[in-house]
Amino acid sequence: MNGISSFEHPNSTVTADGTYKHTTSPIVTGTSVLALKYKDGVMLTADCLASYGSLARFRNVERLHPVGKNTIIGASGDMSDFQHVQNQLNGLMLSEHVTDDDQVLGTKSIYKYLSNIMYNRRSKVNPLWNKFIVAGLEDGESFLGFVDLYGTTYKSPVMATGFGAHIALPILRKYAEARCDTLTEEEAIEILDNCMRVLYYRDARSFNKIQRAKVTASGIEITAPYSLETNWDFAESIIGYGA
Amino acid sequence: MTSIGTGYDLSVSTYSPDGRLFQVEYASKAVDNSGTAVGLRTKDGVVLAVEKIIPTNLEVPGSNRRIYPIDKHIGFASSGWLPDVKSLVERARDEAWEYQSTYRVPTSPKILSERMGLFIQAYTLYSSVRPFGASPMMACMDEDGPQLIVFETSGAYYGYKGCATGKAKQLAKTEIEKLDLENMSIRDAIKEAARIIYSVHDDSKDKLFELELSWISEESNRQFCKVPKELYDEAVQYAQKSGDSDMEDDEDL
Repeated sequence: MNGISSFEHPNSTVTADGTYKHTTSPIVTGTSVLALKYKDGVMLTADCLASYGSLARFRNVERLHPVGKNTIIGASGDMSDFQHVQNQLNGLMLSEHVTDDDQVLGTKSIYKYLSNIMYNRRSKVNPLWNKFIVAGLEDGESFLGFVDLYGTTYKSPVMATGFGAHIALPILRKYAEARCDTLTEEEAIEILDNCMRVLYYRDARSFNKIQRAKVTASGIEITAPYSLETNWDFAESIIGYGA
Repeated sequence: MTSIGTGYDLSVSTYSPDGRLFQVEYASKAVDNSGTAVGLRTKDGVVLAVEKIIPTNLEVPGSNRRIYPIDKHIGFASSGWLPDVKSLVERARDEAWEYQSTYRVPTSPKILSERMGLFIQAYTLYSSVRPFGASPMMACMDEDGPQLIVFETSGAYYGYKGCATGKAKQLAKTEIEKLDLENMSIRDAIKEAARIIYSVHDDSKDKLFELELSWISEESNRQFCKVPKELYDEAVQYAQKSGDSDMEDDEDL
């Protein structure tokens, strides 16, 4: 498009007839985020890849972002939009810190704030190209909330974005959803790791270096990136693709 | 003050014949009217203590605080005219946020203090404005360690190991000078700061006061925040005990 960048919308262009063209597709993207509720709280996982189209461009990206003491946000979709959201939330948390009133912003409030940002931007027809999972613990109750680029929200005991919504969600529903209250940490880890492994086999935008995070009564814990064991022996027997 | 203004004290834009700006000096008089503030810097942190004078016991305890966080790692203790203090605090918060949203790194205390110094100084240049009747104390921590900076009403600012402003600043400074701040832990500094505020408080002038204590240290995760309740209580206990033993000493004489 032969447009010029406008001052009010630095990331947009003005067309010849004076209308604006905002982002119509994401550029550098993260794939699935998975989350579930379990006995002690919530757990979520995402891989460390930010793709540039189909190119595995950045392989050491953290897509699980802590906000305050009891909330984590998992992001898929456009990574620059995610960074913008991170900065906005940092500003929010700073103004909370500065208020110094012994009150902490709970997970539900952060979720509401984020979904308002998302809905506000979609209403300007200039959405932030993301799907977020907000996970946390508030008043001893675990919380999982979803919000996407349209401002759509829902809550559920198991959750997945991206390709994971097709591949991992049925697995999460089968093994986790019904037993959320009794699921132990070890079981939760096993289910999520298995889902991520299946995704790594099936999703061409995924990566086997992943991170896991949990929010429990003792706070937030985000693991260092770790690799999943995979077995590609079966590939030998596949006929008709390349070799 | 050695002389009074006689005609040269009405505007900050005019020097007196002996080269002074009386309005700036009067502004620091306004600072001397407010409750005492004490700042102590040790190797591992900074503590700020304020004697918040309570005009009526109808005031809710813990309200109308006089110590203000500016950023995660920066805080101000106020002394002076409250609305002026609040205006400076607001300015500092804006500057801090501006800095970190521009450069995406934690606000540099050095640059923040420079900006604040310039801002205060700008109000000493024009006949249409009044200098700030406030002298904020800034506690912060960066890769160079903890720092304590005090802004004067002229816009000048200096770093200190320990400092005091407000009503009993002279008494408090004398007390601070007796401390071995280089070899003191931040936990002990909290106690000493509390002790000094209690000891310089003048019951005959202001009956009620509340001690405010905030700190930044390795132990507070390099965050500027209120001193935790256990440490606060311990410090108050220490301050009250030292006050009692002082009285006993007097009786001995």
